[in-house]
Amino acid sequence: MAMLTVENLNVYYGMIHALKDVSFHVDQGEIVALIGANGAGKTTTLHTVSGMLPAKSGSVQFEGREIVKTPGHQIVKLGMSHVPEGRRVFSELTVYENLKMGAYTRRDKAEIAQTLEMVYERFPRLKERTRQLAGTLSGGEQQMLAMGRALMAHPKILLMDEPSMGLSPLFVGEIFKIIEEVNKQGVTVLLVEQNAKKALSIAHRAYVLETGKIVQEGKASDLLNDESIKKAYLGE
Amino acid sequence: MTFLSYLINGISLGSVYAIIALGYTMVYGIAKMLNFAHGDVIMVGAYISFCTTSYLGLSPLVSVLLAIVVCTVLGIGIERLAYKPLRQAPALAVLITAIGVSYFLQNAALLIWGSSSKTFSSVVGDWSVKLFDGQLTITGVTIVTVLACVIIMVALTLFTTKTKMGTAMRAVSEDKGAAQLMGISVNGTISLTFAIGSGLAAIAGVLLCSAYPMLMPTTGSMPGIKAFTAAVFGGIGSIPGAMIGGILLGIIEIFAKAYISTQLSDAVVFAVLIVVLLVKPDGLLGKHKSEKV
Repeated sequence: MAMLTVENLNVYYGMIHALKDVSFHVDQGEIVALIGANGAGKTTTLHTVSGMLPAKSGSVQFEGREIVKTPGHQIVKLGMSHVPEGRRVFSELTVYENLKMGAYTRRDKAEIAQTLEMVYERFPRLKERTRQLAGTLSGGEQQMLAMGRALMAHPKILLMDEPSMGLSPLFVGEIFKIIEEVNKQGVTVLLVEQNAKKALSIAHRAYVLETGKIVQEGKASDLLNDESIKKAYLGE
Repeated sequence: MTFLSYLINGISLGSVYAIIALGYTMVYGIAKMLNFAHGDVIMVGAYISFCTTSYLGLSPLVSVLLAIVVCTVLGIGIERLAYKPLRQAPALAVLITAIGVSYFLQNAALLIWGSSSKTFSSVVGDWSVKLFDGQLTITGVTIVTVLACVIIMVALTLFTTKTKMGTAMRAVSEDKGAAQLMGISVNGTISLTFAIGSGLAAIAGVLLCSAYPMLMPTTGSMPGIKAFTAAVFGGIGSIPGAMIGGILLGIIEIFAKAYISTQLSDAVVFAVLIVVLLVKPDGLLGKHKSEKV
């Protein structure tokens, strides 16, 4: 059964029609990638799904529940965490405080402590820097913090926006490995990525966005070998 | 000895400015707007205390608590009705609205309480402490004002650094979108900030009128502007900055009155502000934020 179903989503920025009847779904346990060029609407799609942007029309169903009109701050509680583009960690807060904010909607202190341990286990670097201000971390560490912060909400689905942006190839590899591991532990992932090759290498399925429209979809392995995709997005 | 007495008076006046400046700086930090109606909330607080003691015969402490409650509700109401609808509007529209709310409060007070000034009786009572064989007198109002300022400072610092809600407030102040992704209600946080700021304004109003007992509909506007100056002086958005800015401003004002000229004291105060901003455009404790490219 589909965990997340998006149907005929239309989003405008003023006069600009940014998303045109976008429809896709993400099944439980999958990694689904949204790929496409700069400005194709990938980030807009994620922002609309997580309630940061209002939709003009269309539907977003999460676990069978319509959330297209749900206020953004109530969506986390349903089990959806969004790691935004550019990481957006709270630079004036410590690493620990950032992680605490990730668990903002949770009440059970013991469970939060348990999740914190899990996050520290997955990102030992964060544990070393727990009292450091997030603004002093390197780009890769901030990406880890942003992911750790999202995982603190104990999400069922993780929305990841351009996790590789601005990172060294070494960190990119590490981040993608972690996304795969998190997914294997049962977290569904919707991944937006300009680095199409990298995204398709870990995704199960993918959708290709072009100027606000889904133009192609399929199994990630098929898309990796698709001639037009190769030409347009993989630089081959 | 007179120097010491001026200094103490300066710190006391400065403490009132500091408490008011906290409201300006917190609202600016969270909502990124200058709430120019903040000074007039002070006046409302003082009137509530005045009425409940004079007409209803309530004890000063109860009257202060009532003033805090009324101002807190008023602050939340102002935000909901006047500022919230303008969340997406340009900053200038919000600024003009704030000035409008300020005039509205002053004129509403004029309508309710009239233009003649009321003599506010100190909520602290009429006691004082004499030191150095009676050469130095410190009034009870002075002591309570400074104490209140210290307590508020400590409490606010603990709140913003140690509690979940306070941390969320700092998160909202830095990045509203990311805070929302954490499940933090941005509107709720803004309401809370207005509530705290307005509650503090009530305390400031009562303390101010206890020291300077003339109460009129315009009582809040000048201290409001000076406290705003203090917040900018200390670095707007910074809580310790508001405290330091407020106290320094109070001391400068009293010294200017004592040693330079009573008439020119306000000019001196604003001249100091201009000089500080020329040297440090972000204020004493303000952080320089470089524009993101």
